[in-house]
Parts: sequence; C-alpha cells; structure tokens
Amino acid sequence: MDPTPFLVLSAILFTIGSVGVLTRSNAIVVFMCVELMLNACNLALVTFARVHGNLDGQVAAFFVMVVAAAEVVVGLAIIMTIFRTRRSASVDNASLLKY
Amino acid sequence: MTFAFTQAGELGAHTVPVISPGAAGGVFSLLWLVIALPAAGALVILLLGNTRTTTWAHLLGTGTVAGSFLLSLTLFIALLGRDETDRSIGQHLYTWVEAGSFRADAALLYDPLSALFLLLITGVGSLIHIYSIGYMEHDERRARFFGYLNLFVASMLVLVLADNYLGLFLGWEGVGLASYLLIGFWQHKPSAAAAAKKAFVVNRVGDVGMALGTMLAFVTFGTTAFAGISAASEEAGQGTMTALGLLFLLAACGKSAQVPLQSWLLDAMEGPTPVSALIHAATMVTAGVYLVVRSNFIYETTEVAQTAVVLVGAVTLLWGAVIGCAKDDIKKVLAGSTMSQIGYMMLAAGLGVYGYAFAIFHLLTHGFFKANMFLGAGSVMHGMDDDVDMRHYGALQKALPVTFLTFAMGYLAIIGFPGFAGFWSKDKIIEAAFGENLVVGLAALAGAGITAFYMTRLMLMTFFGKKRWDKGVDPHESPSVMTVPLMVLAALSVLGGLLLLGDFITDWLTPVVGETAHHELAVSPLVITLIVTVTVAVGIAVGWLTYGRRDVPRVAPTNVSVLTRAARADLYGDAVNEELLMRPGDRFVTGLVGFDDRGVDGFVDGSAGAVGAMSQRFRRIQTGYVRSYALSILAGAVLVLAALLAVNLT
Repeated sequence: MDPTPFLVLSAILFTIGSVGVLTRSNAIVVFMCVELMLNACNLALVTFARVHGNLDGQVAAFFVMVVAAAEVVVGLAIIMTIFRTRRSASVDNASLLKY
Repeated sequence: MTFAFTQAGELGAHTVPVISPGAAGGVFSLLWLVIALPAAGALVILLLGNTRTTTWAHLLGTGTVAGSFLLSLTLFIALLGRDETDRSIGQHLYTWVEAGSFRADAALLYDPLSALFLLLITGVGSLIHIYSIGYMEHDERRARFFGYLNLFVASMLVLVLADNYLGLFLGWEGVGLASYLLIGFWQHKPSAAAAAKKAFVVNRVGDVGMALGTMLAFVTFGTTAFAGISAASEEAGQGTMTALGLLFLLAACGKSAQVPLQSWLLDAMEGPTPVSALIHAATMVTAGVYLVVRSNFIYETTEVAQTAVVLVGAVTLLWGAVIGCAKDDIKKVLAGSTMSQIGYMMLAAGLGVYGYAFAIFHLLTHGFFKANMFLGAGSVMHGMDDDVDMRHYGALQKALPVTFLTFAMGYLAIIGFPGFAGFWSKDKIIEAAFGENLVVGLAALAGAGITAFYMTRLMLMTFFGKKRWDKGVDPHESPSVMTVPLMVLAALSVLGGLLLLGDFITDWLTPVVGETAHHELAVSPLVITLIVTVTVAVGIAVGWLTYGRRDVPRVAPTNVSVLTRAARADLYGDAVNEELLMRPGDRFVTGLVGFDDRGVDGFVDGSAGAVGAMSQRFRRIQTGYVRSYALSILAGAVLVLAALLAVNLT
C-alpha cells in the first residue's frame, strides 16, 4: 500500500490546524484547530502502523485520543469560566499573566 | 655569655635535669584535691549566685583555700622526707584529649618547684582571702568576689601543677579570665571595665606566644609533656629551640607584665585592692617566671632566647622602677615596683643555672612583702575613705599603727635592708647579674637604688610629714580580720631570707633546674653586697632629702622635669602602643572595610545587578498572549526538525 496520500492529507490537516491556532483569536476555534492537529498526527501514526504491519502506531493513536478527550474536558471548562467572567472568548483578552 | 657557658661546661654542672616523675602513692594521691577544693568553692558560689550564698560564701571561699594550703603543707613535708632524687611525683587523672597521634593527659606533676608555688599560692592566697572578708564587708557582691578569688587560685594551681604545656595553657587562660573578672569587678566604673578589657587584650598577645609555643613543641617532640620534652631537648635543632624560647618569652611577657607587654599592669589597679595583692604576689604575674624556670630544659639549649630573657628583665626592672618614682597613686607605685621586681626575677631566670633558684627565691620573698604592702595599702585606703592619692595622706603612723609597722617590714624587705627577706634574694640576683655582664649588673644595681628611693618616697608621703587629709576624713585602724594577715605577712617579709639558710633553696630546686652555679667574680661577693647596700642607702637619702625634709605639696607640681613627666605617663607605654599598633591597626581595618565595601561588595553587587538587568530584558518575552507562545513553540519544533534533518542528511 502506498502511504503517500494519507501522509499528504495528514500534513495538510496539520498545517490547517497550526495556521488556525496562530491566526484565530476565538478560543473555541483555536481549540478545534488543536484537535485538528492531534487528529492529523493520529492519521500519520495509523498510516505508519499499517506500513510497518504492527500495532505500535495504533496504540499510540489511542493514547493521543485519550489525551485529547481529557484536554477537551479541562479546556472547555476553562474557556467557559473565562467567558462567564469576561464576556469574551478571545485568547488575546486573557493576557494578564505576563511579566 | 660565652665565658659563662665554657666555665659551666668545665664544671659539668650544665646538664639539664630530665623530668621523670614517679608514681603518686600515699598522701600524694590526694594531690588533685589541692586544685579541686578551690575549684569546687568557685563552682558552688558562682553557680548558686550572689544572693543565695551571700551569708556564707566568704567562709566557704576562705575555707577551701585554707584547706588547700594545709594539704599543700602536708605534701611539702612529705616531699621533704623523700630522697632528693625521688622528689618528682606524677599523678595521672585521665586522658584529656586523644586525637590521632596527639594525646594530652590531665596529669599533675608535683616536684620541688611546684611544691614551693603551691605553698605560696595557697598560703598567701589564704591570707588574702581572710583579709578580703573585712575589706569587702560592705560590698553587696562580696559572695561573687569570693567565687572569683577561688577561681583565680584554682586556675593558678592548675598552671603550676600541670605536667604538660597544654594543661599549663588551661591554667594560663583560667588565670587570664579570673584576672579579667576581678580587675573589672567594679564594672559600674567605666575605668575599671576598660582596665579589665586592656588586661585581657594585652594578655591575649602573650597567649599567642603560648599557643604557638605549645604547638611547636608538639610538632618537634610529638608530645607536650615536660617529661618527654626535657628528655629530648638536646636532640632538637638550635633554631627550633630558640623559636620555642622566644615564643614562651612572649607568653611570659604578657602574663608577667614585662616590657613590651607591660601596659596592662598599672591600669589593673582598678580592681579591689586584695585582687591587686593576689595578682602581684601569689598568682598571675609570677606565672611568666614560672614558665621560664619550668622550661629550663628549653632555655638551657638556646643562648639567644636566654639573652632575650635577660634583656627583657633588665629593661623592665628599670622601667617599672622609674614609673614608681613619679606616681602619686599609692597602688600604682606598688604596681610599678611589682613590674620592677618581676624584672629582677626574669633577669635571674635568664641567667640559666646561675639564676633559676634565685629567681624563685626572689619570687617567694617578693610574694610575701608585696602581698603585705598591697594589703597594707588597702588598709590605708580603708581608713582614708578609699582615697589613693598619697598627697592626701601624711602622718598616718599614729592613726594606723599596725598598718604602719607591718608596712614598714615590707618596705625594709623590698629595698633590701640588711637582714630582711628582700636583701638576701635581691643581693643574690645582683651578684649573678654582675657575673654575667657588667651592664646587666649595673642595671640591676641602679634598680635597687631607685627602688629604695621610690619606696622611701611612698613611706614618707604616707606615714610621715604633716597631715594633708581631706576634710571629714578620720583615719581608723582596720579590724583584726584585716590586720592579722598583715602581721603574718610582715613576719614572713622579715624571715623570708631564712630560705637561703644552708643553701636550702638552691639545693631544694636542684632536681628541677640543675645544680646552681656561681660565677668567678673579680671581687668578693661581700664587696658587691656592700656596694648594693650603699646604693640603697643613697636611694633612701635622696628620698628623704626630697620628701622628708620638705613639706609635700597637696597638689602635684606641674613644672617638673621631662623624665618625671614621662614617668607619670607610664613612660609613654600607652602612647607607643597607640602609635605603633592601635593607629596603624585602625587604618588597616578602615582600609579593609573600604576594600570590602567597594571591592568585594562591588563585585558581588555588580554581578547581581548585571544578571538583574539582563532579566529585565528577557522577561519582556513573557507577553501573556497565548498565540505568541504557540508561535515560539512551533518555531522551536521547526528548528529541532531542521536540525535533525541536517544531521541525518550529512
């Protein structure tokens, strides 16, 4: 099997995700872009697992999913709290923790 | 010096006795009690405190020292009964310090030398204790005073009984501490506090010599015990022995108030008078002479150090005598005379086998008559409402008959009036000094003349002439608790010369210091005695012409000669110390502080400031914007990837 299309797709998704994280200010969107990057990684992992014919990559993908799920729980809660107090979900507004 | 040594070599008297103590048995096993009694007294009084012991501390203090004296007397008699070769007894108490090859025992050495010191310290010490009961009666801190006195005596006993230099050092420091506490006993007076501090600091200078000497002795001989060092003293190098001798001389100068460390002694008069008596007669200042005589096995091997000891002694005996001539404070005159008399002892000790025994002989007689005169001065002050200025005295022989008579015995003894104790002991030293060197002999002779002058001056100003008393002063004789010790000491001042009878003192000390040698003199000793007596008579005559014939002004005259002015200022000893040591030291320390402030602190503060300033720049990176952090993470990841690729591709 030729892994190239899968890896290209993975790279495209990762790039979209990272550009989204860097350019968007809405916390929810940034969050979704992070998820997109994680899933791009998952795709690459699964592809390589297939190429090598073992389960290592798939196991790693599972771990990433678990981490992503946990991250969603905590991250969304934080975003909700910030929105409630500041009436804004912009990541640039919450910049008090600095020098 | 050379002449003296070859002669001694021919006589075969120049071998240094080796200390080899036998085991302590019988009554000698109680030796430790001599120290333990006063030490226990001090411990009890000082730990329970002044108020709890105030009713009985003086009894305990006097009792312990008197008990110590009785024990010393018993031991002395027991020692007399022993064979001459068997008069050195060691008592091992326990191992004090043991570290690697270093070992110091808490061990005592009882031999003819320490036996004499034991009698002097506890005997005169007991009399001073008894006297203090009366003298300090109205002082509310009397109990504490007796605690300190006991501590003083106990320390001095440790000093003379230790069988090694480390133990001696322990007593040495104990004496220093006790003298500090006692000189500054009236600590509410700033002058007393300052005098105590001065004595302590000057003594520390000497202690440096003591500590370094002990270390050098250990490095050289592998032991600090007298026995080990005396057995090996001739194997060590000449340079080492000279260094040892000079270091111990420095120590002796500090403790015995010899030039150049003499300045503390006159200020030490700030303490209560019994303390002065104790310091000057029985303890403290005699420690330096003891150290030199005890270390005879060191000094016998080094001419340089011996010459230095003679020099120090000769200079000090004139120095103290000159100071004594100009002081109006009765205690300071006596202090100057102590300095001078200790100078005689040092001089004799520096003469080696010609003088060791006479140094100790003079030390004993001086202990008697100086304690007598100091306590007598205290009795005078007691009657004169604590006034010490002799210009306010005069005609006291009627008012204080007992004090006058006992003081007169001390006076006749110190000037060397024929028959009295000081005559015998000083005469022997002057004779030995003439045998050594004409200049040294003349110095000792001049010292005797000056001593006669200033002591006559003291007697005339205090007890004779017209009344110059302050208004309201009513001199009265002291109670018998004070006068009885005076009488005992007066008797000893008269009879102290008996120690020389049948060469007892020289024979007695032979096992410790070797056979006492005599110089071949150009003239017979009798001629020298005659010259000394004539010199003393001249001194008395000059004193009488100046102070006996004419009235003594009540205020010290100011238009006086340069010499008098210098003597009144302690021959500028303090000024010299201040110019040579204090001011340069002050400048040096100021410089060091400046270097510390600017140099060291500048470097440390500067580097800290630089790090801080850099951090100020770097912290700007922490903007608080999540997306800029994300960008830097991405950039970092890209960099790492690029690096990995670069490595893999090459």
